[in-house]
Amino acid sequence: MADDRTAARTILVVGGGISGLTTAVEAAEVGLNVLLVEKEPHLGGRVAQHFQYFPKLCSPTCGLEINYQSVKNNPRIRVLTLAEVEDIQGTDGDYTVKIRQHPRFVNEKCTACGECAKVCTRQVPNTFNFGMNQVKAIRNAHAMAYPNHYFMDPEYAGSEEARSLVAVCPVGAIDPTMTATLLEEKVGSVVWATGWQPYAAEKIQPYGFGRFANVSTNMRFERLANPFGPTEGRLVRPSDGKEVKRIAFIQCAGSRDHNHLSHCSRICCLASMKQATYVRRQFPDAQVTIYYIDLRAMDRYEGFQKKVEADPGVRWVKSKPARIDEDPQSRDPIVIGEDTLTGIRYAEPYDMVVLATGMEPNSASTARVPAQGVAYDACGFVISGGPVLAAGCAATPLDVAGAVQASTAMALKAIQSAARRG
Amino acid sequence: MEAKKIGCYICTGCGIGEAMNVAALEKVASKEQKIPVTRSHPYLCGAEGVGMIRQDMANEGVNALLIAACSHRFKTDEFQFDTPLLDRVDLRDKVLWVQDVASGDATAKEDLQMMAADYLRMGSVKLKKMEPPDPFQDAGFSKDVLVVGGGIAGLTAAKEVAATGYRAILVEKSAALGGMVARMHKVTPSRAPYRELEENPIQALIATVEGDSHIKVYKNAAIRSTLGAPGLFDVTIHNGDTLTTERVGSIILTTGYSLYDPKKLDARLGYGVSPDVVTSLEFEEMAKAGKIVRKSDGQPARRVVFSLCAGQRDANHLEYCSGACCAYSLKHALYLMEQYKDGSAYVLFQELRTPGQGEEFYRRVQEEGGVIIKGDVEKVEKGAAGGLRVQIHDKLLRGHEQLEVDLLVLATGMLSTVDTSDPNNPSPVGQVASEEAAYVLNLDYRQGRSMPELKWGFPDSHFICFPYETRRSGIYAAGPARRPMGIAESITDATGAALKAIQAVESVARGAGLHPRAGDLSYPSFRREGCTQCKRCTEECPFGAINEDEKSNPQFNPTRCRRCGTCMGACPQKVISFANYSVDMIGSMLKEVEVPPADDEKPRILVFACVNDAIPALDTVGRNRTPLSPYVRIIPLRCMGSMSLVWVADAMSSGFDGILLMGCRHGEDYQCHNVRGSALAENRLSKVSETLNRLQLESSRVKMVEVNIMDADTLPALINDFAAQIGSMELNPYKEF
Repeated sequence: MADDRTAARTILVVGGGISGLTTAVEAAEVGLNVLLVEKEPHLGGRVAQHFQYFPKLCSPTCGLEINYQSVKNNPRIRVLTLAEVEDIQGTDGDYTVKIRQHPRFVNEKCTACGECAKVCTRQVPNTFNFGMNQVKAIRNAHAMAYPNHYFMDPEYAGSEEARSLVAVCPVGAIDPTMTATLLEEKVGSVVWATGWQPYAAEKIQPYGFGRFANVSTNMRFERLANPFGPTEGRLVRPSDGKEVKRIAFIQCAGSRDHNHLSHCSRICCLASMKQATYVRRQFPDAQVTIYYIDLRAMDRYEGFQKKVEADPGVRWVKSKPARIDEDPQSRDPIVIGEDTLTGIRYAEPYDMVVLATGMEPNSASTARVPAQGVAYDACGFVISGGPVLAAGCAATPLDVAGAVQASTAMALKAIQSAARRG
Repeated sequence: MEAKKIGCYICTGCGIGEAMNVAALEKVASKEQKIPVTRSHPYLCGAEGVGMIRQDMANEGVNALLIAACSHRFKTDEFQFDTPLLDRVDLRDKVLWVQDVASGDATAKEDLQMMAADYLRMGSVKLKKMEPPDPFQDAGFSKDVLVVGGGIAGLTAAKEVAATGYRAILVEKSAALGGMVARMHKVTPSRAPYRELEENPIQALIATVEGDSHIKVYKNAAIRSTLGAPGLFDVTIHNGDTLTTERVGSIILTTGYSLYDPKKLDARLGYGVSPDVVTSLEFEEMAKAGKIVRKSDGQPARRVVFSLCAGQRDANHLEYCSGACCAYSLKHALYLMEQYKDGSAYVLFQELRTPGQGEEFYRRVQEEGGVIIKGDVEKVEKGAAGGLRVQIHDKLLRGHEQLEVDLLVLATGMLSTVDTSDPNNPSPVGQVASEEAAYVLNLDYRQGRSMPELKWGFPDSHFICFPYETRRSGIYAAGPARRPMGIAESITDATGAALKAIQAVESVARGAGLHPRAGDLSYPSFRREGCTQCKRCTEECPFGAINEDEKSNPQFNPTRCRRCGTCMGACPQKVISFANYSVDMIGSMLKEVEVPPADDEKPRILVFACVNDAIPALDTVGRNRTPLSPYVRIIPLRCMGSMSLVWVADAMSSGFDGILLMGCRHGEDYQCHNVRGSALAENRLSKVSETLNRLQLESSRVKMVEVNIMDADTLPALINDFAAQIGSMELNPYKEF
């Protein structure tokens, strides 16, 4: 790598989840400069919302911490949060990108002391918890957020109270007049790692998500299980706070289905098995039912499936349920369908039903690549080639280990592309 | 470096100034600790505060910084200075924010002040004991990468290494490159719309590799021995009659897989009953040769049963799933239907696993008329008119059926070829693979010649977050040698491994450590005179960094070292230390804590906390403003593995009343980023009662707990309960001395 011109030695990574973080850290540790752009106020992406990883049932924060340490210790990595890439022009080795830096309304002077939040009276839905609870309009996204700087909701920034907070901050970090800025940067290659969002469960009409209080989704359930989540980790149902002791997981809710997501999202079977362990651990007398088409615990994850299968409190029904009704008195969801192994029809009430919704690539909607010549597959996943390299779940549904593996590969391709001067 | 001149900077912001007597703290620094430059600032991380420090560095000759402010995990950009001698004292998150002084209670205020002063003392001593690391260098460093195995993963790795501007040396044991994929006809879809079989990429890849001047290829070659360490591996390659030694910087293992022996399969699957019962690979080779026929009589094979999971996901055979066979078998069904328009393909599966966009290919095969059945083969006999009679159990139609077919194809599973003897009987976690295994690299490591395995014979060490890591620094596995996988994934995986291999040689060249302390320039030094050849360091190093000479003296290989300090913690003679981390340093820190006389009835509890999990959890306790016992003093450790029993004795003889160790989860699903650190600490601790007995102290004064990074909700109770338990005991009698 004789070429040491800055652009040819700089990689733009779009997305600060596990894939983008990995690409950034791996490339920087080879010696490249990295500009890491994240649209949220903090890094960590989807994995930061998870309570535990399968199969080890350990906290994602533990691995993220190592990555954050690498980011902090490596001056070659520059992080922009609340930023989005708006335009990409050029060729390998010589791209000009435009980045919109949204206002945080709190500058880097912030020490996360929390004085502002004490004074703030405006409560807003907590998007990090999928709106399941309320938070202050000025806050840090969650307990382990990095960067550890507060931010303010734009809707709040215009308020009189927000202006009054300027005087509350002991270090002068609050600035409700902040506006968006447009940055222009020169980079040698671009890695698109914008990840995924949970498929919108209300689109799966027969399952009643949005109509029935006790029909939830797997990502929401991760937040419920989390000690920093809306229920401080207590697995209770939304309608009446009752402990969730009879629970059903419905696999392929929206996945492997031409009317919704035609692909298999790869992780949902394992995620439900993992969530079954959350329930069984919290309530040893709980009964878990998993409705599935095929149990996809690929390769070494088979060991995890075997472990969950050994638990007599977990029941497996091969069936794609037809619909969910709700008992109007108890508000118990009732799962209705046919067990394909026995041919027996069932209508079973539960305290709560969790839809194992799949991965919809953000690149299909909110994170289209702003460049000419980018191709997508039928599901909206980015096809590498042209101006961007797709890493992690922007390219295909992956588990965390697979995303790390693919992002490490993309770090190398990005180094090669950056060095290739057209 | 010129003489060390320490500057101590106390931040009084975030409420520190109001709650603490900062003048008294400054006095501790300047008078008691004799730090030449001591200043405080109301907002140290601001431009003015940081500017003040820079000015002292420029004008006062300050070259070592003691920054007393918030946790070392915060404000890292602001507190970045041009000196390796820097320590952060956390007066905010782990002191102010965990002490309840709002009531104005005088005792609480006094306790807070004592706590802050103790942390300042500890930081001061730490900095005094700290030396700038001198990165390890060697004139012989190589940046070349060795790739072992010339299949699709190895070819890809070599190609990618070369394409990034580095030299690759590829060693293949057979006469030809291409491995398993070279025996295949076509490959499953890797590109949108994920419905079409693709041409086998292997020949083009072989041509690229053989034509690349940056790649040197050895065929018919095996590795006789691998000596040395990252940057300095000397690999002796045995090739025909010649032995050649190559110096390489890092190694990629792409030895691929072998298939489970079909002769070991259950009798119901009929392998051996007739030549018409074949494995997937045999079927693949037949398709590649052109004609799909019965092996018994060469008649066209129009009706074929493909049975998945043959000897897989089965406690009696391979316990795991090979991940790729479902897609391979669907491909085989398509071969058949493409060759014979009237062909019938029956695919018998347990759980059909075509994740991601692979679902499109599954759909395609169904559309083409493939009969996909959830069920099992129950019995196989020779058919009346040649071929086979296969009895199946259809689980969805809930019936048993006899099928007259021409072939039965069994999808047998993949075994890693890296030093594996029996995938269903892997070595216990934390131990190296059995010495009976066949060695790919023939490593010259005191802990054995093989690659340590994690589970089922796969040689990785961090299955989720850092999948390329192994316990042999600078050696990475890729493709099915690392985890069962198909072709497209192997190509990606090999590309990632190429990056890790390049990263390793570049880090070594800078003298920097690899994961998890990437960039750390320190490495252990060893005082030979004090060594008693007890071998603990050489046995315990989780990465096998230390060899032994013929007299059992440890021989350090600095580039193998991950800087966890396990050797330091293992050594009873205190002869191993780092420039910026040593037994003496931590021992001196804890001795610097002022222990109140017994009459004050203020016990002191020492907490050793793992810097990756327990320390962030403690910071979160502070963020939550949850009160902790004022008697606690916390010392972060790089890894619990570095915990020396000397400190336990030191703490007890210095008058501490209890010691709490916070390590991460160990055992089968260990979280330790150094693999064995917390497990080794626990093991060491089991011997601590000896020390305590000698001092005539109760063994319950020392306790080790597993702490997860998310435990901020349970940690306060854990600490406070322990403090209460210690408080209920007699105070340590050694306080009087």
